[in-house]
Amino acid sequence: MKKVKVYVTLKEGVLDPQGKAVEGAMHRLGYPEASGVRIGKFIEFAMTDDACSDQNIRELCEKLFANTVIEEFRYEVEEVTSP
Amino acid sequence: MKTAVIVFPGSNCDRDMYEAIQCGLGVEVEYVWHAETSLAGFDAIMIPGGFSYGDYLRTGAIARFSNIMPAIVQAANEGKPVLGVCNGFQILLEAGLLPGALIRNKNLKFMCRTVGLEVVNPHTMFSSLYEKGEVIRLPIAHGEGNYYCDEATLAKLKAENRIVFKYQNNPNGSVADIAGIINEKGNVLGMMPHPERAVDALLGNVSGLRLFQSILKHWRDSVATVTA
Repeated sequence: MKKVKVYVTLKEGVLDPQGKAVEGAMHRLGYPEASGVRIGKFIEFAMTDDACSDQNIRELCEKLFANTVIEEFRYEVEEVTSP
Repeated sequence: MKTAVIVFPGSNCDRDMYEAIQCGLGVEVEYVWHAETSLAGFDAIMIPGGFSYGDYLRTGAIARFSNIMPAIVQAANEGKPVLGVCNGFQILLEAGLLPGALIRNKNLKFMCRTVGLEVVNPHTMFSSLYEKGEVIRLPIAHGEGNYYCDEATLAKLKAENRIVFKYQNNPNGSVADIAGIINEKGNVLGMMPHPERAVDALLGNVSGLRLFQSILKHWRDSVATVTA
C-alpha cells in the first residue's frame, strides 16, 4: 500500500484573494517581511501498489483534484509501513 | 418544448427554475435527479444554481462526475439548448462544455444584489429577443463568480462573439467583465446572473423572461423547419 499526498495551488498569475487577505493579516501580526501568500489544498489518500502509477495519479489530479485552468499540482508517494 | 431541470444534492435554485419554465414560460418541465442516466425526450436542459455537493473540492467539481453528466454532454453534442446558471455555469466549466473557470470573487464576499448587464450578443438561441447593447438588470447571488481564462481563450471568445452578457459595473473581478458565455456551437450558455429570478412582474423584474422565451422561439423555429 502507498500513501499519496497531493498539493494543489493556484497558478501564478491567477489572483488569490484569500492569500491577499491572509498576507494582510500577517503584516498586521508584525511580519511585514512576508509576501507572496498563496492558499492551496492538501489531499491525501491510500492506493494499492499496483494502481499507484504516475499515469493514474496524474489523471486523478488533472481531472478531479485540480482544475488545470487555474490550478497546478504536485504530489508525493510514500510507502505505507504496516505497524 | 419539454424541459429538464437537473437537481443535484445541494441545488437550491431548482424550484425557481422550474417555476420560471412552468409559470413564466408556460411549457412542460420536469425535475431530473442527478442519479438518472438519461435525458431522452427532453428538448432543453437547465442546470440550476446552488451548492451542488456543498461546493466540496471546487464549485461543480463533484457534480461533473455525477451519473447524469454523460446525458448532459450528449444533449449538448446533439445541439439541444443547455443553460447553466450560477452553480450550473460552474458545473459546465468543470465538465469542459465551456472554457475557463470561476474563482472566488475579488473582494472575497458573497454578493447578493441586482446588477446591470449589457447584452453583447443577441444572435444566440438564448438572447435573440434582446437588443444588441441593451442594458438589463438581473440578480446575482454568488461567492465564486469571478470568471477567469487565459489570454488566448479570451481572444477566441471575443473573436467568435461568444461573450453573451457582460457586467456594467464588474462586481466580482471577472476578466473582460464577463457574466455569460456560450460554446462554439452556440447551444450551451453559462451565466452567473439569475434570469429565472426575474420572470414575474409581481416580483419586480421580468428582464430574465426573454431569455427563456428566446429558447422557446428557437425550439419552435427548429420544429417548424423539421416539419415544413
